[in-house]
Amino acid sequence: MLKFLAMGGYARYVWPCYVLTAAVVGLNIRWALRSLHSARAAARRRIAAVRAAS
Amino acid sequence: MTPRRRRLFWVLGIVAGVGIAGALALRAFQQNVMFYFDPSRIAAGEVKPGQRFRLGGMVEQGSVSRTPGSLEVRFVVTDFKHQVAVRYDNVLPDLFREGAGVVAHGRLDASGTFVADEVLAKHDEKYMPPEVARSLQAGKSAAAAPSGEAR
Amino acid sequence: MAWVWFHRFGSPPHFYRLATRLTPWFAWPAALLCLAGLIGGLVLAPPDYQQGDGFRIIYVHAPAAWLSLMVYVVMATSAAVGLIWRMTVAYAVSASCAVIGASFTALALATGMLWGRPMWGTYWEWDPRLTSELLLLFLYLGYLGLRNSIDDVGRADRASAVLAIVGVVNVPIIHYSVIWWNSLHQAPSVMKFGRPTMPAAMLVPLLLMLAGFTAYFVALLLIRARGELLRRERNAHWTAEAAGATATG
Repeated sequence: MLKFLAMGGYARYVWPCYVLTAAVVGLNIRWALRSLHSARAAARRRIAAVRAAS
Repeated sequence: MTPRRRRLFWVLGIVAGVGIAGALALRAFQQNVMFYFDPSRIAAGEVKPGQRFRLGGMVEQGSVSRTPGSLEVRFVVTDFKHQVAVRYDNVLPDLFREGAGVVAHGRLDASGTFVADEVLAKHDEKYMPPEVARSLQAGKSAAAAPSGEAR
Repeated sequence: MAWVWFHRFGSPPHFYRLATRLTPWFAWPAALLCLAGLIGGLVLAPPDYQQGDGFRIIYVHAPAAWLSLMVYVVMATSAAVGLIWRMTVAYAVSASCAVIGASFTALALATGMLWGRPMWGTYWEWDPRLTSELLLLFLYLGYLGLRNSIDDVGRADRASAVLAIVGVVNVPIIHYSVIWWNSLHQAPSVMKFGRPTMPAAMLVPLLLMLAGFTAYFVALLLIRARGELLRRERNAHWTAEAAGATATG
């Protein structure tokens, strides 16, 4: 296990790459869901306003 | 012509125009885009004396020699047609090997030796496990030992 | 007629429903492919004869670089379709690409720097490959900046589409930079004609990661494009249903 973590002496280059990748992958999921949810919320508000007016 | 076709031709025209302009620009600046010069270009006199440039090629087998008690290292960079001797006085990257690619930044001195202040290792696109590389190496040196000095 | 599917695909409510249904069909395979690729790449693949375990950076660097180019091609192509056919769905897809593409371009550059330091001996050189990839990041950021500076969605779509189309010229330059010019970066190992210069034990995990990242991108794109469609179809009836507004609201 320690040998695996050491990555043949390249741990300080290999693991930051994987951590950065995990961060970008995770953030993109969060941003995409937030973008969809905010668009849906805005559409709901719009529709409610139109219905209230009519 | 329908508006849609007109828009289609506009888009194609933009791509073609920018593509041609880009190709011409890159062609005009070919020298600047070249990341390094190989020894044949230096032998052809493409580098002005005293100019700072990058030298790229292979580290010649058996050419690396270190000065005891200092970091100074001397080696020969070859493109299998011409050679340039290099002197360098600093720590080398992990992948610096005899027979492997190298890019050095510096200038030629009066005697034609390239004095480098930065040496980068260039590796190729081949990846393989160490055992495969060892057996490949053993097979090659057994089969084709004399060809290295044939030049 | 052959164009029927094209027009059906271009219909926002149809695309919205299709995107909702298809998202899990890309998201789950993406997770499984990446998991298999990570195990294969980090544990099962042998170390490289020259770079040792350091070469394992390839399993995140190459997929990130692949996405940076593929996402741009998708963004520019859909922008062109939007311009030519005035198709809302195509503009929504194009606008969805930029953040994803920019983040993976930045990731490709960052992992490349972390790979270059131990192997080449430098984090950064103004090498043709590295410089053209940096230009790609600026193209994405320019696209995003241009969109943000225009309030009207329709005008933002058309203006940014022209920028995306102009920038597509950079994509072949990035790919072929290592072949056309002397470069510090090595030539492609997989994305070329002929056999990959890598044994199967190293290659298969890389292909799994490439496929996994591609499926992941499609899933992200489908989610984002739905949001972009809702922003563009302000007055259409179907948005009420899509947004989940109840009849009693």
